[in-house]
Amino acid sequence: MCDDKNKDLTILCRCEDITLEEIREYINQGVTDLEQLKRLLRVGMGPCQGRTCTPLLVNEIAKATGRPVKDIPLTVFRQPTTAVKLGVLAGGINHE
Amino acid sequence: MNKTAEYVIIGGGVIGCSIAYNLAKKGAKNIVLIEKKYLTSGATGRCGAGVRMQFGTETNCLLAKKSIEMFENLEEELGYQGSIEFKQGGYLLLAYTEKMVEQFHKNLGVQHKLGIPSSWVTPEEAKEIVPHLNIQGLLGATFCGKDGHCNPFKTTDAYAKAAERLGVEIMTYTEVIKLLARDGRITGVETDKGTIEAPVVVLCAGSYSRDLAATLGIDLPLTPERHQILVTEPVEMMQGPMVMSFYHGLYCQQVPHGSFVMGLGDPNEPKEYNYNGTWQFLHEMAAKVTFLLPPLANLRVVRQWAGLYDLTPDRQQILGSIPGFEGLHLAAGFSGHGFMIAPMTGKLMAEHILGEETSLPISMFDFSRFARGELYVEPSVV
Ligand SMILES: Cc1cc2nc3c(=O)[nH]c(=O)nc-3n(C[C@H](O)[C@H](O)[C@H](O)COP(=O)(O)OP(=O)(O)OC[C@H]3O[C@@H](n4cnc5c(N)ncnc54)[C@H](O)[C@@H]3O)c2cc1C
Repeated sequence: MCDDKNKDLTILCRCEDITLEEIREYINQGVTDLEQLKRLLRVGMGPCQGRTCTPLLVNEIAKATGRPVKDIPLTVFRQPTTAVKLGVLAGGINHE
Repeated sequence: MNKTAEYVIIGGGVIGCSIAYNLAKKGAKNIVLIEKKYLTSGATGRCGAGVRMQFGTETNCLLAKKSIEMFENLEEELGYQGSIEFKQGGYLLLAYTEKMVEQFHKNLGVQHKLGIPSSWVTPEEAKEIVPHLNIQGLLGATFCGKDGHCNPFKTTDAYAKAAERLGVEIMTYTEVIKLLARDGRITGVETDKGTIEAPVVVLCAGSYSRDLAATLGIDLPLTPERHQILVTEPVEMMQGPMVMSFYHGLYCQQVPHGSFVMGLGDPNEPKEYNYNGTWQFLHEMAAKVTFLLPPLANLRVVRQWAGLYDLTPDRQQILGSIPGFEGLHLAAGFSGHGFMIAPMTGKLMAEHILGEETSLPISMFDFSRFARGELYVEPSVV
């Protein structure tokens, strides 16, 4: 996608490689719910869980809908807070 | 917002959206689908989304077989712009006890009668299918290459968009508070945004169908049961089939995106509406899966969540009308296998609601079977 020289593409979700343009396309179609954008585009589903892209996404939604940023509901943050290897977790059970 | 409709569908999961589409496709008009949050916010958006024909009862085998045939052409049928990410890498069901071996052979008998291409495989053959499988203690397995996985968000989105194109109105962030009835007839629903009058109401709100039915004094035998699940970082494709062990209560699949999705059932779960994740699950899941599939120890877990099964006493869905309330229909109680049979269930429910003869019999799934004591037990569920 990024080698498309005719377009000025901006990566918004770095984990899942989703561009601002793709997100705007969904928002223009009326998907202005962060929960839905996450599920349909995988934004915020990668290892960083939206640490980078969520604030940017919220701004985009606020701009498109005219709602204040504080009124845009966020998605649920899920455990573990950082990616942990299954092997490490498996070891954990024996040491408890 | 008080208004009228011909059909009200409660629940924006894959079942509600599939029913809405199928009704509209058959020419039904003035259909409103109501969802209390966003589409897929219930079990559908939380599920493992595995799709298999390997069941133990004839009807489930048929429901799943027809549904898988429908999944194969779903993007075209629904005119979907994106991909529903359907992957047919098979399902490998592992047997660890003599009793399981016996049950699996019985299941194969049922499946083969219906033309399902499943087969018995030895532990060595299982290892050929999944080279990183630890076959210690394994007595054998059954495999069906047509089984697989599908993206639940995209599938539901595909149904919802197609339904909307056919005129269905989808109201999200609208909660049904109670069902309305008069003189043995359903008359509509009361929502947090007002009343919708309708002569036909279809209840497909997962476990919450029980609470809604209770507003009319109907006692649905549905119990919510939490099931936990996790996803790892994506890696190169290395596992074709879903690996499933009823013995360990687990399933594990690499989805087309490259992530592994895996979950575990816990028979001691309290029957309540709790869908918080626990650290105990992470440890137990990790211990069991790294025993069965050792190289997965190197994969990082990125997210963990939980969802609710809507369990019935025989672990089988309830489909059809609710006696005593004309116009009220139910599709719930999917007991952990509702996603994979959604395409056919939507079609059958639409036929039933419109008073047509259903393409497959559904009478064994009727609500009254519990009162009659005719349970219809499915042996092959996690
Ligand atoms: C962890 C887990 C793993 C699973 N794995 C699989 C699998 O591999 N394969 C498979 O086939 N199935 C699987 N399942 C089961 C599958 O998810 C369900 O059977 C299926 O999604 C049911 O769809 P549904 O539309 O009936 O219910 P849901 O998706 O739960 O939809 C019901 C909807 O109703 C809405 N609702 C509830 N109350 C109200 C109200 N009062 N007003 C308005 N709306 C309301 C909810 O918000 C919800 O969106 C799994 C389930 C879980 C939890």
